[in-house]
Amino acid sequence: MMSHWIVAPIILPALVGSFVLLTLRHDLLLQRVAGLAGTAGLVFLALVLWAGTAGGAIESYELGSWPAPFGIVLVADRLAALMVLLTAVLGLMVLAYVTASGWDGRGRHFHALYQFQLMGLMGAMLTGDIFNLFVFFEILLIASYGLMIHAGGRMRLRAGVQYVVVNLAGSTLFLFALGAIYGIFGTLNMADMAVRVGQLPEGDIALLRVSAALLVLVFLLKGGLVPLHFWMPNTYALAPAPVAALFAIMTKVGAYSVIRVYTLVFPPEAAGTGTMVADILMPFALVTLALGALGVLAGGTLGRVTAFSALASMGTLFAAVAGFDPEAIAAALYYLIHSTLAGAALFLVVDQVRARRGTSALVPRAPMAGTGLVASAYFAAAIAVAGMPPLSGFMGKLMVLDALRDHGAWVWVWSVVLVGSLVIVVGFARAGSVLFWKAHDGATPAAAPAEPVDRPDPAATSGWAMAALALPLVGVLALTAFAGPVHGQMRAIAAQLGDRAAYVAAVLGPEAGAGLATLTPDEDQ
Amino acid sequence: MSLALIAALPFLGALLPGVMIRAGRNACATVTGSVTALALLGILLHAPAVMRGEVVTARFEWIPALGLNATFMLDGLGLLFSLLILGIGLLIITYARFYLAKSDPMGQFYTYLLLFQGAMVGIVLSDNVLLLLIFWELTSLSSFLLIGYWRHLPEGRQGARMALAVTGMGGLAMIGGMLILGNIAGSYDLSVILTQGDAIRADPLYLPALILILLGAFTKSAQFPFHFWLPHAMAAPTPVSAYLHSATMVKAGLFLMARLWPVLSGTDAWFWLVGGAGLITMVLGAVIALFKDDLKALLAFSTVSHLGLITMLLGLGTEFGAVAAVFHIINHATFKAALFMTAGIVDHEAHTRDIRRLGGLRALMPVTFVIAAIGSLSMAGIPAFNGFLSKEMMLEAAWDTGTGFAVLATLGALFSVGYSLRYLVHTFLGPVRDDYPHTPHDPGPGLWLPPAFLAVLVVVIGLVPQAAVGGFVKVVAGAVTLGEPTVYLKLWHGLVPALYMSIAAVVGGAILLALHGGLSRAWDAAPRPEAKAIFDALVDACARAARGLSDGLHDGAVSRYLAIMTAAVLAYGFWAWSGGEHTPGLRIATPLSPVPVIFAALLAVASLALVALHRRRFVALVVISIVGLVVSMAFVHFSAPDLALTQLTVEVVTIILLLLALNYLPKATPVETTAARRLLDGAIALGAGIGVAALTWAFLSRDRALPAISDYHLANSYEGGGGNNVVNVILVDFRGFDTMGEIIVLGIAALVIFALVDGLLRGPASRWLANRVPDMPQAGDRHPLMMVVATRIALPIALAVAVFIFLRGHNEPGGGFIAGLVAAIALLMQYMASGFAWSESRQHFDYHGVIALGVAIAVLTGVASLLLGWNFLTSTNEYVTVWPLSKVHLASAIAFDLGVFLTVVGSVMLALASLSRIGRRAGEGVNLTPMDIDPEAPGRAGKEPH
Repeated sequence: MMSHWIVAPIILPALVGSFVLLTLRHDLLLQRVAGLAGTAGLVFLALVLWAGTAGGAIESYELGSWPAPFGIVLVADRLAALMVLLTAVLGLMVLAYVTASGWDGRGRHFHALYQFQLMGLMGAMLTGDIFNLFVFFEILLIASYGLMIHAGGRMRLRAGVQYVVVNLAGSTLFLFALGAIYGIFGTLNMADMAVRVGQLPEGDIALLRVSAALLVLVFLLKGGLVPLHFWMPNTYALAPAPVAALFAIMTKVGAYSVIRVYTLVFPPEAAGTGTMVADILMPFALVTLALGALGVLAGGTLGRVTAFSALASMGTLFAAVAGFDPEAIAAALYYLIHSTLAGAALFLVVDQVRARRGTSALVPRAPMAGTGLVASAYFAAAIAVAGMPPLSGFMGKLMVLDALRDHGAWVWVWSVVLVGSLVIVVGFARAGSVLFWKAHDGATPAAAPAEPVDRPDPAATSGWAMAALALPLVGVLALTAFAGPVHGQMRAIAAQLGDRAAYVAAVLGPEAGAGLATLTPDEDQ
Repeated sequence: MSLALIAALPFLGALLPGVMIRAGRNACATVTGSVTALALLGILLHAPAVMRGEVVTARFEWIPALGLNATFMLDGLGLLFSLLILGIGLLIITYARFYLAKSDPMGQFYTYLLLFQGAMVGIVLSDNVLLLLIFWELTSLSSFLLIGYWRHLPEGRQGARMALAVTGMGGLAMIGGMLILGNIAGSYDLSVILTQGDAIRADPLYLPALILILLGAFTKSAQFPFHFWLPHAMAAPTPVSAYLHSATMVKAGLFLMARLWPVLSGTDAWFWLVGGAGLITMVLGAVIALFKDDLKALLAFSTVSHLGLITMLLGLGTEFGAVAAVFHIINHATFKAALFMTAGIVDHEAHTRDIRRLGGLRALMPVTFVIAAIGSLSMAGIPAFNGFLSKEMMLEAAWDTGTGFAVLATLGALFSVGYSLRYLVHTFLGPVRDDYPHTPHDPGPGLWLPPAFLAVLVVVIGLVPQAAVGGFVKVVAGAVTLGEPTVYLKLWHGLVPALYMSIAAVVGGAILLALHGGLSRAWDAAPRPEAKAIFDALVDACARAARGLSDGLHDGAVSRYLAIMTAAVLAYGFWAWSGGEHTPGLRIATPLSPVPVIFAALLAVASLALVALHRRRFVALVVISIVGLVVSMAFVHFSAPDLALTQLTVEVVTIILLLLALNYLPKATPVETTAARRLLDGAIALGAGIGVAALTWAFLSRDRALPAISDYHLANSYEGGGGNNVVNVILVDFRGFDTMGEIIVLGIAALVIFALVDGLLRGPASRWLANRVPDMPQAGDRHPLMMVVATRIALPIALAVAVFIFLRGHNEPGGGFIAGLVAAIALLMQYMASGFAWSESRQHFDYHGVIALGVAIAVLTGVASLLLGWNFLTSTNEYVTVWPLSKVHLASAIAFDLGVFLTVVGSVMLALASLSRIGRRAGEGVNLTPMDIDPEAPGRAGKEPH
């Protein structure tokens, strides 16, 4: 039914990107038009996918018409549609802000890189092939590196090197993992892996477990889980803030991959791997949350505070994922949407603070222009990110806590999540009071922590930029108001993820799907 | 009016003041007041039903799966509190209109106030504990804004932050408690939870839930040991203090304890925790209040004390205690709000709130004095005022509980009399002074009418309690206890113990006041913990520790990041391995032959040499190229010519580009680590190496348990993919989609290099480059004759080879990728030989365009199959005869391969072009002739203007 629509979200940005590069590279206005139009088109395509999967259908698309598992397949199910839609919507919001604030003119090739970045994101979320996932991770990585160092500057370039070096190490690890996976499974198709995982002889289990371990570490590196998170705070704090806003979805790719692969191929009920991932995920997720919260309290610059709040949100998200049951996954997905939008909003606020104040360093400065508006936006975004009522962060947190109440470590989860929230709230309150209240003291400027200094641009503080900044906040509001229906959708997604046979049947045909049910008889328990 | 609408009204109304302030302050206040009045009217319309004992409800689904729904209920308790919130709110709005100065942003104030009001109404109307939590935290947030309203005052900011931290902490603890409660009860609906009292008290998680919920209640209601934030929150404008910190917000904790009284009370834990905390708070607050010189601070601590009193009554767990608590909530709200407003009036008129600078105001402000007198005498518990009645009940309840309670309660009452009288006597009585900061007089009715109204209530309730509020108290207390309490309020109880305790308190209080001067000096001299200093030091210490930890961990040392990451991979990999069964493989190793052994030895030596020589970057590069070559040889050995060719050409291109880049970089890597650190890193690296080797061995030495998909590729390469070279068919057909992605990666990489260099040349690095003195001797012969001639000859040959490799690729080793690299190398050689400018002037392609074209062709090849109705990237192959050639076997994938070719060429050349821009900026000569041998001036042929 959807057929070619599935590949369209990947082709469109690839074509727009090369078109921008080929013919529009000397004209910023045309680039903007093409970029915005292309991204709007992407939102449309995502909506088509969403509508197509809304009924619970899973559809596989065989590239080059090669039958699965021998060629590459893309798979559209509810989860993929959600991620594609979220990415497209965030992409459009951020691009609107970038265009309005003139960020795209501060370096070269922003729009082409942005489209390729979107292409990488779309591909990573649609593919049903583990090697193809690697390819899209590479596209993501290299394009994001380009975006991260957009507009240059000493500190940013240095952080960029750290970002790219650590992530290239991650790519190498991915290759090792892929080698191990192909060695053990003899296939790269994820549905096929799901089938074969139950057919492996006893003596292969150790190797199977190693391959699962290496793979999950790659995803956790992308997702910024302690102790693989080191690249994250500096990257987010020093990247151009709107780019950091887009990066709110980048760590989610890691989380998405964990959800996808570790519910489909290595679910906790599988005999060989069992809860090996869930077991490490939970403690390290909580450490991540704690470290993120402490980073928020530590202050420094608002950029850094926001970066650490993003780290903390990944901790919460992974804690929910570690529950690995439909309720927990549903909660995780709701929280994922929330933290993407809220994090993006907060990064855009950081950009406004930098543009109006020259720095987001948390030292008293002369009052900035338009304090009221920016302060309101900060207040709203910070409440959302910290998970305070009444915004969606609170709902998400409640869902997570509620879903994990039967988890063995529920006391730990609840304690860390709640205490972490408190620490984050205190950190945000301290930051906000310096930025928006203390400014009125007229005190002498104190020495400020260093930050990249970008060329001031009058467009950066324009009404259009503020309007674009409001977009993710409107998204957060909508997510709050329609929490019930959205949560219902997330439960549907989680339920579909639980039905591995349906996914396998959609990719490999009904017989394979039926075979799966008999191979893991205890799946429904 | 639906309860949901009543709860929503203040929030909706909060949008108005900000707009209406443009129409003037009166319009702003009127609109705000109307919103509150409307909500109050809504509540009053429900009042008759509630007084009949009905419970009004409203229900909307929000997140049904979570059990968080917008359900509201109005019973006696809710009615009491919503009347307090909205009624006093209305008075405060009126009062604030006249209290705020012209320079204060009034629209903002009313917006915050309405937000707060909505949150409070929400708390008391919620029939769902999760919904209640939302409103609960909203009160913390909105009060944060209100306390910090005067943003220029550091006390305001700090007080706001402290209040947020403390009440926020309580709120978060309460989330945990409520979730546990809901789990035990099986629902988050209060109406359900309230029926599950026995199950909840019997549950093993009862105590944790109780403690967590009490944390929320105690912090909100400023109970010991969380009482310290309230006085600091008094930095807020007085209307805020009167509203939040006497009448409403601090009572939210009491409301919650009253609300959950049926399920939580009645246990020892409840008695000791709630009763004990309440008693301590009552006495402690009263003692401190006596020694405060700031009117608002005095009132703040008196509030703490009275909240403790009510908490204690609730903690007793008896019906009588509950009735007394309810009654005192009403009484306290009336006299305390009135007192706060009089304090505000004094501050407003005399420009000081310091008792030591006041006195004698009775004559100057008679109206204010009357109101203050009524309020403070009620607070002291003097008969004829309502405070007396509930205090008697409290003393009676304490007497019934035990001697210790009775003594402490009397003590609390005694101090209460002391500070109440002090407020009255030291402020209003005594001689008129001539040194007020501003000569005070009674304000306009806008300021004194609201407290006067409350003062009337104080007297009316005090004189005819049963008629005035008896029925109401009964309904409310019934809602608290879920029973039918007997309520008979009267002025005269007879000669009961409570009366004697009361008399003792009044007499003692009067004596305290008489001795106040001396006591005060002793108090000031006595050491005591300063809560704010402790709190600030604690938070600052936490922030500093967090900063130390955070900055220490994330200091940008990539080598440490990588070491930790590698160690983590190793540890988790090993753990995973040891958790499963492993059967060693049974394959027999092929016998060693000399050639692989030699190459393996070469590889090992090169790798070791790299470790030893890596600080000398140039040498390291050479050694790395050896590794690359050995890998190519390995591909040759294992009969993988495509891979070998690719590896070789990639090696050549990357090494050349790296060499060019290295030219502008330091030639040696400095030593930045200690020997111990290097040893550790070495151990981790060794572990990782051994791990990878073991893993490789494990895979190579075993047969597959399951067939690999490569068999299919071998079988279908020619039939389906139209080529004999399976590697190439995999690349451009079976997995063409991967290749499409990878060439895009390559293209992006080139773009990033370009953008990076562009940024560099526009930044400070540009000046550095321009002034750079080469750190290595320059060759006198930059473009040697031999090289120029050789590359010229090689160019057509190399291009022909590239075409050849490209065309044969589908059937024989080769393909677009290798061909692209070969062509790129051929071009690169020209640039090397004759310089960038000379070469550049002889070609007219923009490399950006070449890359884009390549990507576009590759993608469009796939789109073409879409247009023909096939899946993306579906290929076809045909034998075609093009005159004058003979029959050729053509696959459509060749177009895709052309895209690959172009992207590769474009990317390599763009990278080169970017590097050469650095070179030109660094002052390398631009040569316009193929060779620029100039014996007079070697090396430098002049700088290019830029």
